[in-house]
Amino acid sequence: MKELSLNVLDLVQNSIKAGADCVAVSITESVSSDLLTISITDDGCGMDEEFLRRVTDPFTTTRTTRRVGMGIPLFKMAAEMAGGSFEISSRKGEGTSLRAVFQLSHIDRPPLGDMAGTVAAIVQSSPEMKLIYELKTDEGAFTFSTEEIKEALGDVSLSEPEVVEWIREYVRENELALH
Amino acid sequence: MKSIEDLKRIREEMQNKIKLRSEEGAETRVVVGMATCGIAAGARPVLAALVEEVGKRNLENVTVRQTGCIGVCRLEPIVEVFEPGKEKVTYVKMDAEKARRIIAEHIVNGHVVEEYTIGAAEGGANA
Repeated sequence: MKELSLNVLDLVQNSIKAGADCVAVSITESVSSDLLTISITDDGCGMDEEFLRRVTDPFTTTRTTRRVGMGIPLFKMAAEMAGGSFEISSRKGEGTSLRAVFQLSHIDRPPLGDMAGTVAAIVQSSPEMKLIYELKTDEGAFTFSTEEIKEALGDVSLSEPEVVEWIREYVRENELALH
Repeated sequence: MKSIEDLKRIREEMQNKIKLRSEEGAETRVVVGMATCGIAAGARPVLAALVEEVGKRNLENVTVRQTGCIGVCRLEPIVEVFEPGKEKVTYVKMDAEKARRIIAEHIVNGHVVEEYTIGAAEGGANA
């Protein structure tokens, strides 16, 4: 993956497949502590202990059509190559939570990239799901929540092109203000 | 700056459109493969371009959807077009510009962009 925001998009697809009603993506970028932390928490179906133990293995997947599952291994590798770490926890029936920490200034850390594009793509794919995206930097914090905009939209779907475009621009503008 | 207020305007505009749409019926689906393979190959900008074009051109009976791995990962990003009463068209190795061309030539004007189809990619010298 060229950008970490693409890993986030990919991993949230796992949450969607796990039937999550709510997914929270939280990113903390701190120049002062030289760390970038990305965490994703969902209330999907979760995994049992046995599956969780081998979930970072690229030959583990829930798919039945093929035997590889690269999403989590790629994210873990990206963190470990950038002087960081990866952890994942899950309980069957309750949900899954994962977190990767990167050394912000590490030469091998991929750029975070277009998180606004990722948020727009997630909302476009699952307009009914609740998504909370939070970005914290040394300059401040920004939170985007689909619940907030659902109120303003009434019965208009979040997957309408006009709405998706608005979300992309809204997130982008607010992120720029934090850098 | 965008504000939540903009959404109220979108809501008013959309309510009229939704009425129109339900009257017109049959819809064309444009589907983008968004599994790990598709995303890594560049599906996100393809999806963004499709959504943007459909919105800009006010294409009422066209929906853009996402799906998982279509099965030919080496040809990602892949876009499939399902039109009512017609055979599915599969476009491969997409990028944002090619996606815009598909909306203009195929979806709007009804001409399949042969050179981007899976048949052209697999039958040609690059197969």
